[in-house]
Amino acid sequence: MKKLLSGNEAIAYGAYHAGIRVAAAYPGTPSTEILENLARYKDIHAQWSTNEKVAFEVALGACYAGVRTLVSMKHVGLNVAADPFMAASVTGVRGGLVVVSADDPGIHSSQGEQDNRYYAIFAKVPMLEPSDSQEAYDMMPLAFEISERFDTPVMLRSTTRVSHAKTVVDINRERPSKLPEAVFRREMSKFVALPVNARRRQLLALQRMEKLAEYAESCSLNYIIRGSQELGIIASGIAFNYAREIFPEASFLKLGMSYPLPKKLIGCFAQEVKRLIVVEELEPFLEEQIKAMGLTVEGKSFVPRSGELSSGLLRTVAQKNGLLPLTENKPLALLADDLQNLPKRPPLLCPGCPHTGLFFILSSYGLRKGGADGSELGPVITGDIGCYTLAAYPCLSAMDTCACMGAGIGEALGMEKAGLKNKLVAVIGDSTFLHSGITSLLNAVYNKSSITVVVLDNRTTAMTGHQQHPGTGFTAQGEPAMAVDIVALAKSCGVANASEVSAFDIRALRMAVKEAINNPELVVLVVRGDCAAIARKKIEPMFVEQEKCVNCGVCLSLGCAALQKGNQKTQINAQLCNGCTLCQQLCSPQAIKPLHAQEGLNA
Amino acid sequence: MHSVNLLITGVGGQGVVLASDILAEVALVNGYDVKKTDTLGMAQRGGSVVTNLRIGEKLASPLIGEGETDILLAFEKLEAARWSPYLKQGSVSIVSNQVVPPLTVSLGKENYPSDDDIVRLLQGFGSEVIILDGPQLAWELGNSKVLNVLMLGALSTRLPFPFENWQKVIEERLPTKIVDINIKAFICGKEAILRKAT
Repeated sequence: MKKLLSGNEAIAYGAYHAGIRVAAAYPGTPSTEILENLARYKDIHAQWSTNEKVAFEVALGACYAGVRTLVSMKHVGLNVAADPFMAASVTGVRGGLVVVSADDPGIHSSQGEQDNRYYAIFAKVPMLEPSDSQEAYDMMPLAFEISERFDTPVMLRSTTRVSHAKTVVDINRERPSKLPEAVFRREMSKFVALPVNARRRQLLALQRMEKLAEYAESCSLNYIIRGSQELGIIASGIAFNYAREIFPEASFLKLGMSYPLPKKLIGCFAQEVKRLIVVEELEPFLEEQIKAMGLTVEGKSFVPRSGELSSGLLRTVAQKNGLLPLTENKPLALLADDLQNLPKRPPLLCPGCPHTGLFFILSSYGLRKGGADGSELGPVITGDIGCYTLAAYPCLSAMDTCACMGAGIGEALGMEKAGLKNKLVAVIGDSTFLHSGITSLLNAVYNKSSITVVVLDNRTTAMTGHQQHPGTGFTAQGEPAMAVDIVALAKSCGVANASEVSAFDIRALRMAVKEAINNPELVVLVVRGDCAAIARKKIEPMFVEQEKCVNCGVCLSLGCAALQKGNQKTQINAQLCNGCTLCQQLCSPQAIKPLHAQEGLNA
Repeated sequence: MHSVNLLITGVGGQGVVLASDILAEVALVNGYDVKKTDTLGMAQRGGSVVTNLRIGEKLASPLIGEGETDILLAFEKLEAARWSPYLKQGSVSIVSNQVVPPLTVSLGKENYPSDDDIVRLLQGFGSEVIILDGPQLAWELGNSKVLNVLMLGALSTRLPFPFENWQKVIEERLPTKIVDINIKAFICGKEAILRKAT
């Protein structure tokens, strides 16, 4: 059966057909759809865990119990899960354990770019890299076999263009009808990483890598495609397909298993070709190892080391490096200025977003403006990862920091303890708070902080496409579950002043923010409102009565895409408007009304 | 058909991904290799979105480089202009006559390009330009949400896939209650292009 699947769908299919019993993940672009797809199978347990570390530990437990298990996350998610990941390398596995790391070259939707292939070296685990969905599907059973045979977690490293590109897959396997039941066999010297055990297992991990390096030489995922002897290209992952596109005549060494390297195979290939290059996205991971073998190879001398690679970019740099004849894009030279003048269109908070009101208030609160030396005079707003990071853009400009998941609370505390005189507001989403905000909040209470913590509670993991979490009342597989009460949770952490306010009531919200910021004690304010992308179409849009609009522009400073400056007065795009009424509440001449009022006017 | 490189562009929320999913399925049903990649994640939130879709016998890269696009299907005029450097000499651009002003334009800080500017860019990169009154046609059909399938109907005139295969995939992909209106939209988009050609 041939199907068009994204890399993530193919990974899910492949894992299911390889007989996994448990899968765990925390959502993160570009990895999210792996678990979303696995959650549809009712004969496995697939869960959204509270964060990547927890997901990894769940997977580790399941594999210790002897069943095949998958854990998936985005590149920076593996930083969060690095502790159990390193430990899993020491203890090894029972049932196969595959760790999917989906990297985001080009930073489409992340806080940074990192090449997680180095984690394979760091943790001493083997790594497979699919180039498209078919390979992702086909590699999965092999990944589990390697894991079980060599007693190691196996890393499957994907990237945005593998995970999110749809390509044709021949689905030619089925899930085994009989799978091993979960059994725990005690083995103290393996599963209990006491120093005495860990020292011995560290040596076993090194021996394991030697055996895996031998295995890599004959592994079917590593193969040579013989073409012209003038140029030989070593490539893995998506970079292989870009290189195939640009150099159809060249010889290739395709590395589907890219750690540990098949050094003999690489040596043979190098001897067969006159010029050897490595085409890889991000860091010179392969190149440096091949150079360390004493071979002459080019790579990052002309292929960029940061940003997303593409066939077009590879063609350009290959031309500059004399690997391809130069071509000229004449229109581009002529029209460059016209292109430069086109207005940009950065992402925005959606119309009707429950975050807009809070950030509108924060952006106008008190003295939020710079001093002569560039210092901030008003409140400093520390944030982190989520749709709400978009509030950092003008015209809201109401987020001052974003480092990583959950960082805002700790940062605000650090600024306070550094002696900063500004009021401090840490802003965090509900899913992010449950991911890594709780321990930071506890730490702030313990260390006698007086910061304000705002939890933006839209009851979903919005940016990654609306996944469930412990606050939503449902599991990944759609079962009803307990929904955590964030106010009660904050109180149990010792926060005396914890309360909830509606995200869409500007007056109440402004009062609550003012009280919280001026309170000499730590305050947790939960701003509650459903995500607009879920609540959409339920509510009536608004319109601007043109005769009454005085063009003051206050509503426009919400930064809402539905509010558009027409030729003279402001207008509301009824298709985009979600009827959240924030602009109506701000409009002092009362020119903004629900659409049915207009129909009344026309009648 | 040797191979066709398509870019489908628009603004997050306009249905670019669904339209490209349908097109990719139709190409698969017709026995071609397909590679497609979309803008997902944060950039989707009202931002500029683009889908790269390649159809052919055997393809390697899912991405299309500058000067390599055969057909540009744009759901918004500014987003048509933005991707013009990706057009090939002799390509065609089918553009919905739709303006979604970016925030900076709404706030009066930047100017939205004129129709002449947009057409000059597309033609400058060697493309035939067809502007289709998509929003008006969708409004006449009584449902603005069908614009994406209407645009697919327009596109279908440039691809060698029989109507039955489009119909089959639309029926599979969309909820039953909106299939009929979308088939109507598809035919409407197709006829609108054919009218322009005569």
